[in-house]
Amino acid sequence: MQATGRRPRRATPSATVPETPRSESTPRPDRRPRGSGWWPYLLIAPTVLGAAALLLVPLLRGVLISLQDFQLRELINGGAPFVGLDNYTELLGDSLFWEVVRRTFLFMALNVVLIMVLSTLVALLVERLGRFGRTMVLSGLVLAWGMPVIAATTVFQWMFHSEYGVVNWSLTSLGFDSFDRYPWFANGPAAFAIVVFLVVWQSIPFAAITLYAGLTTVPRELHEAARLDGAGPWQAFRTITYPMLRPIFLLVLCLEVIWTFRAFVQIWVITQGGPGDATTILPVYAVQTALSQQRYDLGSAASMITVLLMSTVLVVYFRQLYRQEAEL
Amino acid sequence: MTPVVSSSAPTDARPPLRRRQRRHPLRSALAVGVFVFCVFPVYWMFSTAFKPATDIQTDEPQLVPTSWTLEHFRTAISSDGFWLFWRNSLMLTVSAVLLSLVVALAAAFAVARMRWRGRRAFLLLIFAAQMAPWESLIIPIYIMYRDADLLDRLPGLTLIYFMITLPFTIVVLRNFLATVPEELEEAAQVDGCTRPQAFLRVVFPLLAPGLMATSLFGFITAWNEFAYANFLIIKDQDSRTLPVWLTSFQNTFGTDWGATMAASTLFAIPALLIFLLLQRQVTSGFASGAVKA
Repeated sequence: MQATGRRPRRATPSATVPETPRSESTPRPDRRPRGSGWWPYLLIAPTVLGAAALLLVPLLRGVLISLQDFQLRELINGGAPFVGLDNYTELLGDSLFWEVVRRTFLFMALNVVLIMVLSTLVALLVERLGRFGRTMVLSGLVLAWGMPVIAATTVFQWMFHSEYGVVNWSLTSLGFDSFDRYPWFANGPAAFAIVVFLVVWQSIPFAAITLYAGLTTVPRELHEAARLDGAGPWQAFRTITYPMLRPIFLLVLCLEVIWTFRAFVQIWVITQGGPGDATTILPVYAVQTALSQQRYDLGSAASMITVLLMSTVLVVYFRQLYRQEAEL
Repeated sequence: MTPVVSSSAPTDARPPLRRRQRRHPLRSALAVGVFVFCVFPVYWMFSTAFKPATDIQTDEPQLVPTSWTLEHFRTAISSDGFWLFWRNSLMLTVSAVLLSLVVALAAAFAVARMRWRGRRAFLLLIFAAQMAPWESLIIPIYIMYRDADLLDRLPGLTLIYFMITLPFTIVVLRNFLATVPEELEEAAQVDGCTRPQAFLRVVFPLLAPGLMATSLFGFITAWNEFAYANFLIIKDQDSRTLPVWLTSFQNTFGTDWGATMAASTLFAIPALLIFLLLQRQVTSGFASGAVKA
């Protein structure tokens, strides 16, 4: 096979791996019957139907509900009246909601910065290790990656247990006596920090491995040339590694921003947004408002605002992807 | 006939470099640090699961267990409905993955092997679907399912899992298909096969490794899913899945962290095994976009 043994020109997260071996630019005669007729449409029909029924319709329904007065009574009896943008006005006029938005951005920024910085460092480290060390670190990363979210969440709850948790024990043994029986999950900022820690721990493997795969494609000659020219390690990173890595770096960054909202699961399991609302980020707020207070309309409005926020990042992501995937 | 992916594993892609720098003590220390950082929570889950209760509820946790017990696993397995939830999760996951495999194979074939109007738009739809904001669709889907009387029903959940895994499956299968030379198919057609026959007899066997890897990743995604299983299965406790059971397990067993960790272990093992099995694909960035933790 023509592709076997070839080194990837670039490692690409998400949709673009593995690369198509045959480049689209070499003109080849189209030997297929010209019009495939209705066959392709038949083949994609189930996919399109599925996407329409389970993505498009729910999205539209979400928009619809956010424009209605939809509470418990309407859920049971139906016939929700339209109220225009009232829900959005109510939401945007609520200082609690703005608090949640601020917290969401703080959560996102903390996660993304920590993930990107640590992953880049890990990727650079792995590249500089010998065969044994590299295999060891990569295996560790894969193991952490494979750990199911719920299992990891449960373990973190156990590790940060106030009485028998290994974290409090270590901190106390190191002389930080204030951590003796420290109730992590009862304290707002501490619970927030644990969720961030958990998300970062779970996200580093993907980001580090992807960035490392990208690093392996940077030609070594460039580094040697830079060294001969007297560039230090930081300069070499800034002028060679980073520019070569930039496309992958951006893709990973976008994905991590979007995936911030997936922390919904961890937060829901550990704190349900508490204590107080210290860990309530947008998706948690939306579900709480809808399912606990039966304000489906307000919850939907919050969800739609979340979707809107995510889409702006998605646009950036797609532009980047589009540049990489020339054949799309 | 290994597909392209496995050849691009970066682990072996480069000759060892900079011999001089390899035995850098700081670097080794950092490597060990990263390794411990990654592995410790997983290790802690296993070791707690095997420790006797007296060694768990103590102010001096043992980093390496001195005595071992299977008692916690017995507690977890004999807890109410364990096998039922295990079966639910397995059936749900397998049916969702099979469904998405069949549907994705058709779509991937259309995208990789045919030229038609709307192909680019379709691909864009797939990439968008891959990034679908599922966390933000919980409310409308809950309401739609309630109206359609699909709440508390596993088939309803199967549909969701099918749609969650579908876009990724299509993208990967399309890339695998692109590595199988079209000439093979054409030769089969020249030899008298019809196009579907050529596909089934020639291309399909070559796709087997790709199908395998793809479905395993789909399996993990569905196996781990929590949010929809939690909000769409509410009243019928017998239709719950393992992740939901695991979170409620803590409530039932309260302070029995040994049993909770044993339950986590039982739940995590299939996923961990698959990841270690597919390590090469994982490290080559194969699953990047779709499988995140």
